Amino acid sequence: MSAPAETRPDPDQLLAHVQAEEARATRGRLRIFFGSSAGVGKTYSMLEAARAAKASGADVVIGYLEPHGRAETERLAEGLEHLPTLSVAYRGIVRQEFNLDAALARRPATLLVDELAHSNLTGGDPAPRHPKRWQDVEELLAAGVNVWTTVNVQHLESLNDLIYQTTGVRQRETLPDKVFDEADDIELIDLPPDDLIARLHAGKVYIADEVATAVERFFRKQNLMALREIALRRVAERVEAASRALSPERARARIAGDRILVAVGPDAQAEQLVRAGKRMADALDAQWTVVYVETLRLLRLSDADRNRRIAVLRLAESLGAETVTLDGPSAATALLEYVQTRRATRVMVGAPKRRGWRAWLRPSTATQLLHQARGFDVMIVAPAEPGTQRRTDSADAARGATYQTGTPRDRYGWAVGVSVACTLLTLVMYPHFELSNLAMVYLLGVTVAGLRLGRGPSALTAVLNVASFDFFCVPPRFTFAVSDAQYIVTFGAMLTIALVIATLTANVRQQTRVAGARERRTAALYAMSRELSVTRGIGSIALVAVRHVAEVFQCKGVVLLPDASGKLQYPRGEAPESALRRADLAVAQWVVDHGRRAGLGSDTLPAAPALYVPLGDERRAVGVLAVLPTNPRRVLLPEQSHLLDTFAGQIGLALERAHLAEVAEASTLAVERESLRNTLLASISHDLRTPLAVMAGAASTLAERGATLPEGSKSELARSIEVKAREMSDLVSNVLDLMRFQSGQVRLRRDWQPLEDLVGAGLEQLRERLREHPVEVRLSPDLPPVHVDAGLVVQLFGNLLDNIAKYTPAGTRAWISATRDGDTVRVLVEDEGPGFPPGEPSKLFEKFQRGSEEGAVVGAGLGLAICRAIVRAHGGEIQARRRAGRGARFEFTLPTKEPGA
Amino acid sequence: MTEAMHQVLVIEDEPSIRKVLKVLLEAERFRVIEADTALRAEIEARSHKPDLLLIDLGLPDSDGLTVIRRLRAWSPVPIVVLSARTMEDQKIAALDAGADDYVTKPFSAPELLARVRAALRRNVRSTEQTSALKLGDVRLDLDRREARGSAGEIHLTPLEYRVIECLARHLGSIVMQRQLIGEVWGPERLDDSRSLRVCIKNLREKLERDPQKPRYLLTETGLGYRLRSDEEP
Repeated sequence: MSAPAETRPDPDQLLAHVQAEEARATRGRLRIFFGSSAGVGKTYSMLEAARAAKASGADVVIGYLEPHGRAETERLAEGLEHLPTLSVAYRGIVRQEFNLDAALARRPATLLVDELAHSNLTGGDPAPRHPKRWQDVEELLAAGVNVWTTVNVQHLESLNDLIYQTTGVRQRETLPDKVFDEADDIELIDLPPDDLIARLHAGKVYIADEVATAVERFFRKQNLMALREIALRRVAERVEAASRALSPERARARIAGDRILVAVGPDAQAEQLVRAGKRMADALDAQWTVVYVETLRLLRLSDADRNRRIAVLRLAESLGAETVTLDGPSAATALLEYVQTRRATRVMVGAPKRRGWRAWLRPSTATQLLHQARGFDVMIVAPAEPGTQRRTDSADAARGATYQTGTPRDRYGWAVGVSVACTLLTLVMYPHFELSNLAMVYLLGVTVAGLRLGRGPSALTAVLNVASFDFFCVPPRFTFAVSDAQYIVTFGAMLTIALVIATLTANVRQQTRVAGARERRTAALYAMSRELSVTRGIGSIALVAVRHVAEVFQCKGVVLLPDASGKLQYPRGEAPESALRRADLAVAQWVVDHGRRAGLGSDTLPAAPALYVPLGDERRAVGVLAVLPTNPRRVLLPEQSHLLDTFAGQIGLALERAHLAEVAEASTLAVERESLRNTLLASISHDLRTPLAVMAGAASTLAERGATLPEGSKSELARSIEVKAREMSDLVSNVLDLMRFQSGQVRLRRDWQPLEDLVGAGLEQLRERLREHPVEVRLSPDLPPVHVDAGLVVQLFGNLLDNIAKYTPAGTRAWISATRDGDTVRVLVEDEGPGFPPGEPSKLFEKFQRGSEEGAVVGAGLGLAICRAIVRAHGGEIQARRRAGRGARFEFTLPTKEPGA
Repeated sequence: MTEAMHQVLVIEDEPSIRKVLKVLLEAERFRVIEADTALRAEIEARSHKPDLLLIDLGLPDSDGLTVIRRLRAWSPVPIVVLSARTMEDQKIAALDAGADDYVTKPFSAPELLARVRAALRRNVRSTEQTSALKLGDVRLDLDRREARGSAGEIHLTPLEYRVIECLARHLGSIVMQRQLIGEVWGPERLDDSRSLRVCIKNLREKLERDPQKPRYLLTETGLGYRLRSDEEP
């Protein structure tokens, strides 16, 4: 690459370019049949092309045709597959609309959808998913469906003004230029105006809803010619852009080329700036960004200004601009910083609005940029219409009133009051003080008013004070005549001081307020992040998140998460607010699939009561936050909306983290389970093989040598077979029991049982094996019956006694004792054997632990694990301790009350 | 001697177990008829009229329980069930369906034979009327309601005699708790196991050498009780 360093492409741009290419590969192609006016034959040409494609075997389906009832068009449509239309009830009548879901379900290779600029019936029932048809088409394209459609030139957004000026007809249904520019094919349907007029007179042109006179005005020849010219030019521009894009040098130049930054404010010039930016970007073939800087003045904006600002940014987006909102102390500083990070080459700003001394006192953004611009051009756009200036000023004045407490009338009352107070004081002081000191009293009053009352009232105080001073103090007294010109200075100074102080105070307050608001937002975000960072588990995170969102945005909220199959579910266990029961899972699913907002105030289903925000990044939303604001403004104001996005991002991160943690935990569990299985296999194979070897050996000896063996040896061999077989049987039963416990299949069959019966049955089971181990039973006489599953508790005693038989030497004693302990019976099983191996005795309850090394004793170490499972199933706990002196001691409790009683 | 030999119908689908049972029972001078399916079992039971059935609950073509129920519809023949330890519920269901006793697999030869003999004896006892029992040092005469131990006469309450009588009638076999309560206290007290437990406890105090490790009056946990005497092996 010989490109110099300065023109090296921005990596972000390269990435975006590559991603766009990738996206295009899977996306459907958009083909627009473009005409200068209704009646040129767009639909007709589209249908002709469709028939041709169908004849060559393509899967072409008609999604929607405007029902114009023209015979020739209808004839062409015959024989093509029609999708069912959607009946939408709208203001009492039923209209047939394009059925997006049917189209997505049918998923043809190519779909015909007439009139791309059409607005869907937002107030209809069922409500449309998107307000505009082109948004429906976007979704189809994203789903990989090729779409053919028709557009008239007057519907293009950027040409809206121009066409209004030319024809006098304002088009309300507009199509963002972006859609037109990004279309893959544009087919211009051209018809000379004379022919069109002829067709109109022949009744071959369908006129939609326009009033007849308007139609006549519209279809004048010079209008049609102008429209034709505009359409031809627009297509020519596109063709040129396409040819430029095809040449690789140009493509590189574009990536490395101009980047235009359009700085807009809250004033009326913003729209003009945006349109100018679009024209410049097209002319230079440059990327462009529309920047809005939130400064201290933000909170002073009236609702109208806020809404205008949102509209401007929307317009910019629809014209293909990237939009950015910046925070900063002043517009110029924020812009300069941003220009440097994005390496913009041109910055467009509105012309300075302040003139004369005001401009000198507070330089406008344009002026500041001009002074500080390094490495980029600044373009200043003059206001299009006079009158803009006046409007902003009046807005400024209105704004002044909004940040003071109390109603304006009160404050003007106070202003008069201050003047009256000053006058009364001076009247008292008049005989004793000089005039200059009396002037000070009035000045003090003005200062107080400036601090407390805001600009307007303090100016009033200044004027009243000057007047009073003149009237009551300046000779000749009780007239407004002024004998000495020097008092003019006093007037001037007083007025200036009043205004300066009021302005300064107002600014300080405003700064505090903005800082406070920002601080609160940061604090709210911080509070949530901190709590999320210590919260474990996806469900808890969702709950914490909802709580914070509900507090900050004063709304009801719910986090919807996908289940294993990716379908969104309501949270389980928690009863969501009844209002959020209406949270539409279908909408939420759409949000999570597309990674874009939907619902209240967004582009998709804006009429829905709730707003659905995707959680996580665009490529993979991990869930959806549905919020139902009590006051929609809390969520829809730009800064709140921005904050909600930040919240959603944080929640998404936390969910992602929790998800990863769960995955990690699951894999750890899987590893543990795997190692457990290996231990089980090793253990069982050893414990099965040993007895099998004994049995096979003994049995074959009996079979082969049975006749010659002495009787004693024969029965000894047979006995060893029996013993080993029993051991194996026990082992298999133990494994089965443990598996049943682990899989939760064990259902307790509880009944009242005397403990002595259970102990007795356990002893009876082990009678043979305990022959050499005397077991002493000491049950206290007042024992109540226990409420247990008899079979399991007998098994519990059996396992413990079996351990005694296995691990303690013959002849050592053992004890079973029990005492009452509240609602339980505490049972002790003790022996005099070798006790436990070194280490923590409670470890023995884990699976495959045994008292002595593998080898001599069969048992696979499952016995104690089963004991613990049985005791726990009864709501008790079992502990192993070293017995005082020598031996082992097991202690556990059994309930004497029914659970829940 | 062939007509004096008892016939046992062994219903078991596993050939090796069937073979072991056959060898064992024939060594004890029983005649063994084999069946490996429920269908076969019913045919054999109807044609041979065996004195006892030994039935495995898991059969290939049908449930062992069904076999027991259908058999009980026309025959009072003693039935002993073979069951695995882990299938408690099945065992109870089989006893409820009319089986007389059960043997847990893996069984030992003496245990199996004891159960089989006890079940056969129950069938005969009703005519035989041997009413004297020997439980270790204690001798019990149920007709005269007398009990005598090494330390002299033992006093039993009438209720205790009725419990012992009921158990003795099924000597060596299990008696389900509900059956015992029904016979002694009456059918309206079926769910009251407390009185029975107290009674058994008192009986053990009086008859057993070590009441906490009973040798004769045995608890079948979760099922019922069994009386064993020294007369059998």
